[in-house]
Amino acid sequence: MVQELKGKTAISGIGITEMGKVYGHNTGWFAAEAIRLAIEDAGLKKEDIDGLLVNTGVTPLPGMGGLDIQNHLGLTNLRLLTSLQAGGATAAIMVQYAAMAIANGMANHVVCVFADAPLRESRGGGGAYSGTGGGGYVPPGMSGLYTAFGMFGITAQYALAARRHMGMYGTTNDDFGAIAVAQRAWAEKSPHAQQRDPMTIEDYHASRWIAEPLHLLDCCLVSNGGVAVIVSSADAAKDLKQPPAYIWGIGQGHPGDLKRAGWDVDTNTGASLSKERAFSMAGIELNDVDVCQLYDCYTYTVLVTLEDYGFCEKGEGGPFVADGKLGPGGALPTNTGGGQLSGYYMWGMTPLSEGIIQARGTGGDRQVEKHDVVLVSGNGGILDHHSTLILSPHPA
Amino acid sequence: MADQEYTRPIPVADEASQEFFDGANEEKLMLQKCSQCGTHRLPGRERCLDCWSTESEWAQASGKGKLYTYGIMHQKYHPAFADVTPYNYAIVELDEGPRIVTNIVNCDPEDLKTDMPVEAVFDHVSDGATLIRFRPA
Repeated sequence: MVQELKGKTAISGIGITEMGKVYGHNTGWFAAEAIRLAIEDAGLKKEDIDGLLVNTGVTPLPGMGGLDIQNHLGLTNLRLLTSLQAGGATAAIMVQYAAMAIANGMANHVVCVFADAPLRESRGGGGAYSGTGGGGYVPPGMSGLYTAFGMFGITAQYALAARRHMGMYGTTNDDFGAIAVAQRAWAEKSPHAQQRDPMTIEDYHASRWIAEPLHLLDCCLVSNGGVAVIVSSADAAKDLKQPPAYIWGIGQGHPGDLKRAGWDVDTNTGASLSKERAFSMAGIELNDVDVCQLYDCYTYTVLVTLEDYGFCEKGEGGPFVADGKLGPGGALPTNTGGGQLSGYYMWGMTPLSEGIIQARGTGGDRQVEKHDVVLVSGNGGILDHHSTLILSPHPA
Repeated sequence: MADQEYTRPIPVADEASQEFFDGANEEKLMLQKCSQCGTHRLPGRERCLDCWSTESEWAQASGKGKLYTYGIMHQKYHPAFADVTPYNYAIVELDEGPRIVTNIVNCDPEDLKTDMPVEAVFDHVSDGATLIRFRPA
């Protein structure tokens, strides 16, 4: 049944705004600009857009859930409009719901947008995501324990997951470093990337600890910017301006985190559940995948995601990545735009945008020669939510 | 009573967690136990996630568990922690099942190991406030 969706829809347009330490614009501007660029990229007119899905980051978009973006752009033909939130898994999830709506005749061209502007000139990137770390406020009840014991920010929580994996399987910082170094090598080839200076494993180890076992260079960037993509029917997309990135497979996996004995989402994420449906829909096996765009809020996220998709056995992610196979010229080209670590941090839009570019074959210096099957993953919360897209330049 | 004034954040009870905080002052680690199926949980959830019963009673935990995972915080997020940074923060899996956030004491950082057995230490940081930390068992 689900295989009937394979190749029925495609990404027809993408808009990527100026990205990174870009000041002077609010989140709404980035969202509107990304949508404008995506519509222009596809060769559509604003009147053609009849669906809009919105995902907000840490800085709010105008209106309830960001829906006022519609009015900023004068989109008056919408038959589909809502705001979604599953953290970094949302981008691929928006594409899923857009594809399902289009395949069922509910809409023709659906824009999916994410924008965020947490960076301010007056503070560092970490401050934008430090959570309870800022003021002296201690929330009453059990959640106050996190403040009392000094567990602040998102990095602290991913450090716990990474440490659990290290303790169980002997994974090392050299392994995490191999991921950071491979992605920087890709970033050097990408005009979109914020960090393009060469990086060695020594540079990685020399970068300061944030929350051990995570160094600064284990952590994603923080970026101001916006990305929008347009989902269209395959029939419509093939007559538009750009080569379509056909949607072959879609999946989600949300195992929950019960925070008690027997629960191990830190080392066994929802990726395995998400993969199952997406690969079955696409009718592919793991060795059909040519290029990976894996959500990489931290190096560890890449490592555990590779395991959960089955690229290696559980626990062997460290040795698997250590030989540099993820980098340029490696056997499994991964995060070819530098990812969130060295490229830009637009939540799930980072892997999705680069996945579209690779599927189109417009990656320039970083284009992977064989790109018939592109795997895109999303991850939200602390490994709580996972989403998968399989993209291809071929309709079937 | 602590020897000197404790300057780091002190958590306070809310209605749902009053018995937990009161218990800590009496050197007891108190959990909620589902009256229907017996599953233990930390306070703050009104419903047993296994059987969905909203009936529960308070039960004293053994105070024993294992170090599920830990981190060493180097970033200075909060000024009150500046003079103790770097410090460890940890998740202990209690023998009764729930995982709780804490610090590990009486242990050098290099001796911290996931799954090592630990036991509760009741740190009376101020009048009427006790933090439950853990030490190697």
